[in-house]
Amino acid sequence: MSKLSQYLEIGSSPHVSSGASVDVIMRNVFVALLPVCAFSIYAFGIAAALVLATATLTCVVTEHVICRLNNKPTTIGDWSVAITGLLYGLTLPPDLPLWMVAIGAIFAVAVGKALFGGLGCNAFNPALVGRAFLQAAFPQAMTHWSLPLAADRFTDIPGSVLAFPFAEPAYDAVTAATPLARMKFEAIQAENSELLWGMTSGSAGETCAALIFIGGVYLVARNMMNWRIPVSIMLTVALITWVFMQIDPAVYPRPSFMLFSGGLMLGAVFMATDMVASPITNAGCWLYGFLIGGLVVVIRFWGGMPEGVMYAILLANAVSPHIDSLIQPRVFGTGKGAG
Amino acid sequence: MLNLARKDSFANGIHPPEMKDETSHLAIRRFPFAPLLIVPLSQHLGKPASSVVRAGQEVSRGQVIAEADGFMSVAMHAPASGIVKKIALAPGIGGNMIESVYIEPHPASSQEVEGGEACDVESATADEIIAAIQSAGIVGLGGAAFPTHVKLKPPEGKTLDTLIINGVECEPYLTTDHRVMLEQTADIFNGIRYLLKATGAGESIIAIEANKSDAAKKLQDECPADLPVSIRVCPVKYPQGAEKMVIQSLLHREIPSGGLPADVGAICVNVATTAEIGRLLPRGHGIQERVITIGGPGIKRKGNYRIPIGTTVRFALDEAGAAKDIARVFLGGPMMGPSVSNLDIPITKGTSGITAFTQAQIDEATGHKHIYPCIHCARCVEACPLFLNPSQLGILAKNEEYDRMVGEFHLMDCFECGACSYVCPSHIPLVQYFRLSKKMVRKLSAAK
Repeated sequence: MSKLSQYLEIGSSPHVSSGASVDVIMRNVFVALLPVCAFSIYAFGIAAALVLATATLTCVVTEHVICRLNNKPTTIGDWSVAITGLLYGLTLPPDLPLWMVAIGAIFAVAVGKALFGGLGCNAFNPALVGRAFLQAAFPQAMTHWSLPLAADRFTDIPGSVLAFPFAEPAYDAVTAATPLARMKFEAIQAENSELLWGMTSGSAGETCAALIFIGGVYLVARNMMNWRIPVSIMLTVALITWVFMQIDPAVYPRPSFMLFSGGLMLGAVFMATDMVASPITNAGCWLYGFLIGGLVVVIRFWGGMPEGVMYAILLANAVSPHIDSLIQPRVFGTGKGAG
Repeated sequence: MLNLARKDSFANGIHPPEMKDETSHLAIRRFPFAPLLIVPLSQHLGKPASSVVRAGQEVSRGQVIAEADGFMSVAMHAPASGIVKKIALAPGIGGNMIESVYIEPHPASSQEVEGGEACDVESATADEIIAAIQSAGIVGLGGAAFPTHVKLKPPEGKTLDTLIINGVECEPYLTTDHRVMLEQTADIFNGIRYLLKATGAGESIIAIEANKSDAAKKLQDECPADLPVSIRVCPVKYPQGAEKMVIQSLLHREIPSGGLPADVGAICVNVATTAEIGRLLPRGHGIQERVITIGGPGIKRKGNYRIPIGTTVRFALDEAGAAKDIARVFLGGPMMGPSVSNLDIPITKGTSGITAFTQAQIDEATGHKHIYPCIHCARCVEACPLFLNPSQLGILAKNEEYDRMVGEFHLMDCFECGACSYVCPSHIPLVQYFRLSKKMVRKLSAAK
């Protein structure tokens, strides 16, 4: 008999795999966000670049330090915290003082992610947890918007950005109102072309709806995003808005304005689709999307704030586990399908 | 009219690389007799056969060496003419020891197969055919090794209307059923005659996946006009070869959870099993050999071989030429095949293939990858052909919450196809958890 290899490895089947990996998925999401970041820097200049860099770096460093404090191997290699950092930065006003950016980033990762148990356990989208914290802590700075495409955006750093920690930021740039604020308080609707191509003021990464849409299409094409979530959010928002527009067009805006203004596109495509904090079944994802869409309309139309995407998603994140326990796939051979 | 939207396939499932081109064009070749054949008395699900030979006895090829012990058991036949060296324990694939007959073939023997009592399809009754299938030692050759005669008898109060001949062969690398369909076409139709008569089913369907269109064409061309049989080609998808899936694909009938094909009026028999019935019953022979695919990157002379039962994996690998650096060998295909810890285990009736991987494939596919936490990406939910929730089951398995796994999440329905583990980007060993959990559940319920 032969002397075939004496050292056979035993493994439990399957002995092949699809090759998919979490870090690859996360890197793709990161890549899908890069065009949005590039436009943000183009529109808001050095200030936006500084905000995005500070947000991402602080998030990554925070996660690394927390892992080390827990005597665990660092998890920054899975790229999920880099996405959190970028997304978080993209939701901030582009001239926000950097010290605030850093504090929010630490809060996002430490409380929004690590406290829950890290990747896979975060009940809420960590980027939005950080933003919600800043919104509560620094409401004025968080509602101060600069104009896009300012002439000196690549030469001057706004004084507010480099404000000394805990000092009152001094705004030197011309301030502007977001399209949603103008709608809410002055009943002026921005044009679709301005909204699609980001010619308005707003958070660093929310203004250019077209680029966000392209990033989403890229991820859906690679089977890295459940398209049902953004589609159901947008359908719900468009439908409810259309109904109210029929009732009173003087008060309620047109559906396309609702879709392309504020953080809806960024939220629907990149925030609500956080796999960990959204339901696992397709039916659950539709329900989750309807819920977010409904909440967005309610907050925008009748709430005290002009924008409501962030709170809508955070509330739906909280409901997501309950949707999962409510909606499970119908097991083969049970219920009405059997026989 | 609504049926227009239905495809001839089941929901969910995966598309692993098929890897069948290496062997599907190679005709079945005969295998030499190994110097020692080890015939386990338990090669099937159910009770082991009881030996009717003793050490030192001369046996001739095809002679009954063990008889069925009750209805849930089948006979064993000598794979070669030779001498019984001993009846002793031999290692099985699971590391367990199985009572086996060791036969040393006579090198000079002509190896004529000893004839038995023929079973004529025209004159035999259904019960006689079922008895003949049992005494021919026929079990499911697709891998499960379930005694075929047991499922032919419809349970009380059930009627079988459709006989499905399963030629799906969805496991990557394996091409035995493909070759059998091409080379034993007449045997298959003959086997269908026996099976239709035994079950009382009115029609039969041969199920084939689209990657074996040449076999489908040959069967179509040579189909006897008087036989109620149709050939259906399904889109390629794993695990379509599973009974529940192939019946869903062809008949759009859902076998109830915990139920049998008979619950939806169907019966499913593997195509190679059917061919053996058609080949052996008219001559009164029993199974002494079977066709297996020896393939994978670790094999030099890949191919389909008709190999005597009881040949050791070591002898088979030597004959087919194993690469020096083989690192993992498993019986069957890579999705469900159990891996071999001992090369001296025998090939049994349920062995459909031997696949050998080198370290390169292991590193590429499963090799010690970092396990990330579950990110709820839902790929496993979209892969599971039974609509289970592997993500949730995996978390519960880790916490050893077996009651919830069984009660709320239908753990026991899982037939371990491995699609969930295949797609998981976190590299969580999901099906491996479920296999272990099912064992634990059985153990705990036995202890109660």
